[in-house]
Amino acid sequence: MSVANEAIAGHAPHGAVRGGGHGAAHGHGTHGSRKSYIIGFLLAIALTIVPFGLVMTHSSVGTPLIIAVFALAQICVHIVYFLHVNRSEEQRWNLMALVFTAIVVCIILGGSLWIMHNLYINMMPGMMQGSMG
Amino acid sequence: MSTGLTTAHGGALAFKPGYADNAADALRDLRPASDAVDFELEHHHDAASTAQLGFWIYLMSDCLLFAGLFATYSVLHGRTAGGPTPQGLFDLPYVLSETVFLLVSSFTCGLATLAMGRRSRGATLGWLAVTFVLGLAFVGMEVHEFAHMVADNAGPDRSAFLSSFFTLVATHGLHVTCGLIWMAIMMVLVARKGFTPSTESRLTCLSLFWHFLDIIWVGVFSLVYLFGVS
Repeated sequence: MSVANEAIAGHAPHGAVRGGGHGAAHGHGTHGSRKSYIIGFLLAIALTIVPFGLVMTHSSVGTPLIIAVFALAQICVHIVYFLHVNRSEEQRWNLMALVFTAIVVCIILGGSLWIMHNLYINMMPGMMQGSMG
Repeated sequence: MSTGLTTAHGGALAFKPGYADNAADALRDLRPASDAVDFELEHHHDAASTAQLGFWIYLMSDCLLFAGLFATYSVLHGRTAGGPTPQGLFDLPYVLSETVFLLVSSFTCGLATLAMGRRSRGATLGWLAVTFVLGLAFVGMEVHEFAHMVADNAGPDRSAFLSSFFTLVATHGLHVTCGLIWMAIMMVLVARKGFTPSTESRLTCLSLFWHFLDIIWVGVFSLVYLFGVS
């Protein structure tokens, strides 16, 4: 709590000098608070350590799926707590660009794997033991 | 107050040797400047948010570049041509410490942005310096890893897997290196000019860039190193 208060107090003189337009002046709404950075950092550390620990201790129970879930969760944590993307009015276009990019990334990754997988199955049956992520 | 306005409107003035002259200039400029200040801030405000949206669009297109490289790696990672495999090649504790360096640097970069928000030049420079050193450690470790692999006859020319590995990871490393150069320039700018609307806008873009690179690295360590070894 005291941390949050300090962050707010720290912002006040700046906002006064800049005519209160401080938050919007930085395009992505707000710098976030120290608290949000600390929460994001702790979550990101946890989401990094757990999959590394799983792979390093060779516990093989559904590991690829767990790695994927943790990676997606960590990316979301970074976007929310470090990049401060949210659904506010002034960030509408940032969010739209992000969603559009996410869709295109899914098409590129999924499409490439799908097409190449089909290609291997149909054209090189002798090489099928080569793994396809 | 007058020094604050001086740095806001022409930072270089405050650092010329003849301080008394500058103070007089600043006082003379105070009156017209304060009339124009709302308009100026409004103007900078629009320019800054447009610049940041533009930079965001750049980041998203960079993301698509990396998506292409990730897709290439996913398709080719099993084509080892009888050469080294991910299991034999990657050293997870080493990668974990690289990851922690980059993650902590992302956090300290955020702290630098917060320090900028409360107009603390010393804290901003300090956190940027910490971020810079951590980023440099990350690049150093990556270069060391690459040199080690090339020396072990596991260079990018060995197999399709290694070509795609080096392309993906080195592209990320190159981005981090560019970020470091940018950060060094920003530290000089902030030290010399203080916080002007232009340095603030650039620092905000830099922090977006740095956080973005950390997100790409999450994809790299998950897809390349963790999937590769598991």
